[in-house]
Amino acid sequence: MSELRLMKGNEVIAEAAIRCGCDAYFGYPITPQSEVMETLMELRPWEAGGMVVLQAESEVASINMVYGAASTGKRAMTSSSSPGISLMAEGLSYLAGAELPCLVVNVSRGGPGLGTIQPSQADYFMATKGGGHGDFHLIVLAPSSVQEMHDFVFLAFDLAFKYRNPAMILADGVVGQMMEKVALLDPRPRRTREELLKEAGSWATTGKSNRTRNIITSVELDPAKHERFNQKLQAKYAEIREKEVRYEELLCDDAEYLIAAYGISARIGQKAVELLRAEGVKVGLFRPITLYPFPAEQIAARARQLKGILCVELSAGQMIEDVRLAVGNGLPTAHFGRNGGVIHSPNEVVEAMRRIFEV
Amino acid sequence: MVAEIIKPENIVYAKSKMLTDAPMHYCPGCSHGTVHKILAEVAEDLGIQDKVVGITPVGCAVLLYSYLDIDWVEAAHGRAPAVATGIKRTNPDLHVIAYQGDGDLAAIGTSEIIHACNRGENITVIFINNGIYGMTGGQMAPTTLIGMKTATTPQGRRVDINGYPFKVSEIMAQLPGTSYVTRQAVHTSGAVRQAKKALKKAIEKAYAGKGTSFVEFVATCSSGWKLSPTEANKWMTENMLPFYPLGDLKDS
Repeated sequence: MSELRLMKGNEVIAEAAIRCGCDAYFGYPITPQSEVMETLMELRPWEAGGMVVLQAESEVASINMVYGAASTGKRAMTSSSSPGISLMAEGLSYLAGAELPCLVVNVSRGGPGLGTIQPSQADYFMATKGGGHGDFHLIVLAPSSVQEMHDFVFLAFDLAFKYRNPAMILADGVVGQMMEKVALLDPRPRRTREELLKEAGSWATTGKSNRTRNIITSVELDPAKHERFNQKLQAKYAEIREKEVRYEELLCDDAEYLIAAYGISARIGQKAVELLRAEGVKVGLFRPITLYPFPAEQIAARARQLKGILCVELSAGQMIEDVRLAVGNGLPTAHFGRNGGVIHSPNEVVEAMRRIFEV
Repeated sequence: MVAEIIKPENIVYAKSKMLTDAPMHYCPGCSHGTVHKILAEVAEDLGIQDKVVGITPVGCAVLLYSYLDIDWVEAAHGRAPAVATGIKRTNPDLHVIAYQGDGDLAAIGTSEIIHACNRGENITVIFINNGIYGMTGGQMAPTTLIGMKTATTPQGRRVDINGYPFKVSEIMAQLPGTSYVTRQAVHTSGAVRQAKKALKKAIEKAYAGKGTSFVEFVATCSSGWKLSPTEANKWMTENMLPFYPLGDLKDS
């Protein structure tokens, strides 16, 4: 059963957090995602379900509060926008290094620096390639609709706990601010203490009754041991790459060209595909849903039938590097995208296809 | 004869069961080991071993989790009060104790400690103030005294370059969220007994939901100060304690 509502993307993050049994949200206001915490404060989930909601003094504090709650096996999350995520980079590295599950939502805006409060997809590198020191990865999900803002909160927590790894929803200011119909899943209650101990009791710092003590840490001064730990982390990422790739293809079966795009650019790309198909151009849409793990094999498999790929991003071209790594140099790949907070129109994408690939 | 004497009823002092057998890595004369010991003893006295989570800092006490047999979380530099907040808010039944040095708490972590204390988080903060960065090799800390030589103030700390030593407990005592703020030391057996009493009170008050307990320890760093353990205790008494006087600053 589900409940249909017309909602804003940011509000849905809050609603989905409560409905998926999240134990705690810690955050700091920043445009364009402040509605997440505002909605939570309005809904007061601590009264009915005991979920903690706390406004922290900074993004640095938020992510470390998440680290603390996650250390005890709780389902903890935060949300922010680009400059705030930069401040969380240290915390994300510690979370990954201590193998703690959590959810971080980035409703990204244009940078660099203070940049703009308008939408952007220029945080792809930060989300998928780094966002902190050391060899680590987040599991990164990219919603392109308000429905997916809802669904991916559930999915992100499930994946985070399955792999004991921080997960990120990399949204953008459009998906965060726009309103759409959304089917809300029935609430699932927060885990009982017994359920939490069953899921996380072997590692979580819940107080050491009836077991040897648990220690959450990322420090290891012995290089040989630390190398083995890093190898273990890499094995985990390899398993994630093998099992958790998610993507969507639209009109790709007979396609000669692809528009590759994620998030809001995929919605714009979808319209561009419709316009081009109406002119007889055989073009399809390839939409990565997981940005890490990136659907590299899947786009490479599709590439054999293609004459070219246009990567459409609200950035100067970031995901295109993963596309090129996947398909190699044999196939023309090009970037099109507005940035700095300007959003491309479907017609601009169509024109870019015409100009670059002469279709 | 010896077996006659060594009987449980004759024991007047023993190592706390909460201390592990791991050899401590601290330098001779360092205060950390003594503070760890009294923390173990107090936790044992209070019977909270199974419902306490400690937070270790970045600095010399980073490996504190090796020495006390409780659950531990190792925090990023300066962030222990935020980590403690995350634990305590989601686990109100746990005792939460954050342990930080002067670089960790009074330099990089000033924002986190001030806001945790101002929110009145029901946690206990142990603050080791030895006026120096021990782990990284003896650099100036915010609490370094004027004129004190460190690796980054080789001619002595100067006000015109480095500003003034930072009296952290005095600031914490002003915040409405703290209920108990005290400054202790462990350089004499009398001071150790006093400090133990203060620490016990701090943990009890935080757990009772009275607000944040803040326990500063004026401490020695014989390696960083380049003094013998005995000289370090003497130097601390003559120089640190006049500037950082011992006693309760707030007990409400």
